[in-house]
Amino acid sequence: MTGFFSFHRFLAIIVKEFVQMRRDRVTFAMMIGIPIVQMVVFGYAINSDPKHLPTAILAADQSVFSRTIISAMENSGYFKIVRTVATEDEASFLIEEGEIQFVLTIPESFSRRLVRGEQPSLLLTADATDPSATSNALTAFRAVAEAALVRDFQGPLAHLKRGPPPLSVILHPSYNPEAITQYNIVPGLMGVVLTMTLVIITGLAITRERERGTMENLLSTPVKPFEVMLGKIIPYILVGYVQMGVIMLAGRFLFKVPMIGNLWLLLAVSFLFIAANLGVGLTFSTLARNQLQAVQMAFFFFLPSILLSGFMFPFRGMPGWAQMVGETLPLTHFLRIVRGILLKGNGLAQILPNLWPIGVFLVIALTIGLTRYRRTLD
Amino acid sequence: MTEVAPVIDVRDLTKTFGTNIAVNRLSIQVQPGEIYGFLGPNGSGKTTFIRMLCGLLRPDSGSGSCLGYDLFRESEQIKVQTGYLAQRFSLYEDLSVRENLQFMARIYGLPKIRVLVDETMERLGLTRFAGQLAGNLSGGWKQRLALAACLLHKPRLLLLDEPTAGVDPKARRDFWDEIYLLAAEGVTSLISTHYMDEAERCHRLAYLAYGNLLAAGTATEVVAASGLHTWTVTGENVHLLSATLKKTTGVEQVAPFGNILHVSGHDPEALGAALDNLDRGKYRYEQSEVSLEDVFISLMQNNRRDH
Repeated sequence: MTGFFSFHRFLAIIVKEFVQMRRDRVTFAMMIGIPIVQMVVFGYAINSDPKHLPTAILAADQSVFSRTIISAMENSGYFKIVRTVATEDEASFLIEEGEIQFVLTIPESFSRRLVRGEQPSLLLTADATDPSATSNALTAFRAVAEAALVRDFQGPLAHLKRGPPPLSVILHPSYNPEAITQYNIVPGLMGVVLTMTLVIITGLAITRERERGTMENLLSTPVKPFEVMLGKIIPYILVGYVQMGVIMLAGRFLFKVPMIGNLWLLLAVSFLFIAANLGVGLTFSTLARNQLQAVQMAFFFFLPSILLSGFMFPFRGMPGWAQMVGETLPLTHFLRIVRGILLKGNGLAQILPNLWPIGVFLVIALTIGLTRYRRTLD
Repeated sequence: MTEVAPVIDVRDLTKTFGTNIAVNRLSIQVQPGEIYGFLGPNGSGKTTFIRMLCGLLRPDSGSGSCLGYDLFRESEQIKVQTGYLAQRFSLYEDLSVRENLQFMARIYGLPKIRVLVDETMERLGLTRFAGQLAGNLSGGWKQRLALAACLLHKPRLLLLDEPTAGVDPKARRDFWDEIYLLAAEGVTSLISTHYMDEAERCHRLAYLAYGNLLAAGTATEVVAASGLHTWTVTGENVHLLSATLKKTTGVEQVAPFGNILHVSGHDPEALGAALDNLDRGKYRYEQSEVSLEDVFISLMQNNRRDH
């Protein structure tokens, strides 16, 4: 009866939380209202001009001209060559995973056809899920490549300077070809709304028990901290899923966001993210002395999440230290996962690099929360 | 008569918060079926002591058992058989009476919850409030609900921390009737209170001040042990005497009870001498029984002087 975990006690907490949730109309309205309000507010996105975007080169033609173009790309500041790949499959996997933003494909016989004045094509493929991250770089590329080649046309090739442009550039923005920012914002909102409401609401959950004196009663019963915590988390995980549903429906029907990935996969991995946020909220509630402090702490967590996760500004446009902070936040990884699944059709293999950091975060948050949860009133 | 193991048996229990000694080497024993009263001024350590008994606080030192279980190692077993009523209403105000009781019954893992909750509500007269939110109940009914909640799991020991504070006399009377019924069923109760009439209803009591146990025993024993003598003084405008008497040697305390003045002191001769100086035409005085209140006020004053 006093074993480590008891299902009846756990269930008792869950039932109680649901009844209380139903009684608290304001909070209940907030849970549903926030996704809708944010959706409207963030319909417009903030643009910026990110540089040094990771780029891979798929060169079937090794020539002086290829090298010229590649170094000109780097000099422009928009591109940073991080990889050389051998096959198209390798290139597209890296793009899907989010490891790189661009692939420049230089076709075989590029230099031969260039010299002949046949206007060979270069293919620049972009991961355009976040249009603000890529649009400037895409625009710049054509001019950069042409200007660089013109400098190489010396001596016998000088005639190529005149006449039509020496090469054609094919731009291929994948995933979001029309560069609609809402496509990027709406899936991102899912993570933002979950972070905001879940951290605040659970932050309040235990603080409220302490503030109202009900914790004293709870502690005098055989109930275990783990049972209280889990019993409080589960109802709000459900709330998290309702919020996701609202956003997905609105995204689908209001903003016509394409959802090409596996929605079940998204729902499954969201569980980890939701739980991670609840863990944060519970930890805050064990630290806060009253409900006001709990809300303040929640905002303290929420602001860096929204600013440094790549939701507001393209992640790669941020300075290095900000990216490092961003990498520790669960929202950063969740944004990549949601965009990956919805817009790129990612499978488990591609999202794995972003899944485990959330898991690590969850374990840390829950551990701190459980150790901090005061078993006695000391 | 065979010796029955005491329900509460603690020795030298101590708890400090920072530099403040809340409970100082407290030792008491409470026998089965007893109603044990806990008295003392605010901040005397009553609540701290009760919280230590039910596992809410960990004692710093000392030893003890509750219901035969060790206070330090077996607090889980103690919790299962103890009902704790906190000073402040600590059930959920946004749950109804029935929902609160159902919640507590589930927490204790009790069988046949529906029947049990109905029976408990019936027993304590809560049935007509079943669907009402606890937050909307009056003080007396809240207290009754709280009592119902800690009776659900049929505890052998009740720890009641000022259960009747702010409750009207009728509700207090009903509450005590319930405690007596439970005592008759063998349930032991430890009750902290500020009310003297309630103290007199207890089988035995303990008086605490600043964490120290100053007196313990039955009401008669406590009075006898105090060595206090009391005279009552009556007469026209007797309260005008109060200030003069307080300054007289031999008089340690003067307390008005309506039109009567209770004058007490430890030295009967000095006290008698002090009163002999009164104007006999105006005032009448006689030695009377020492009341618990006289004893407690005296204990409180003397203890304060020591500090």
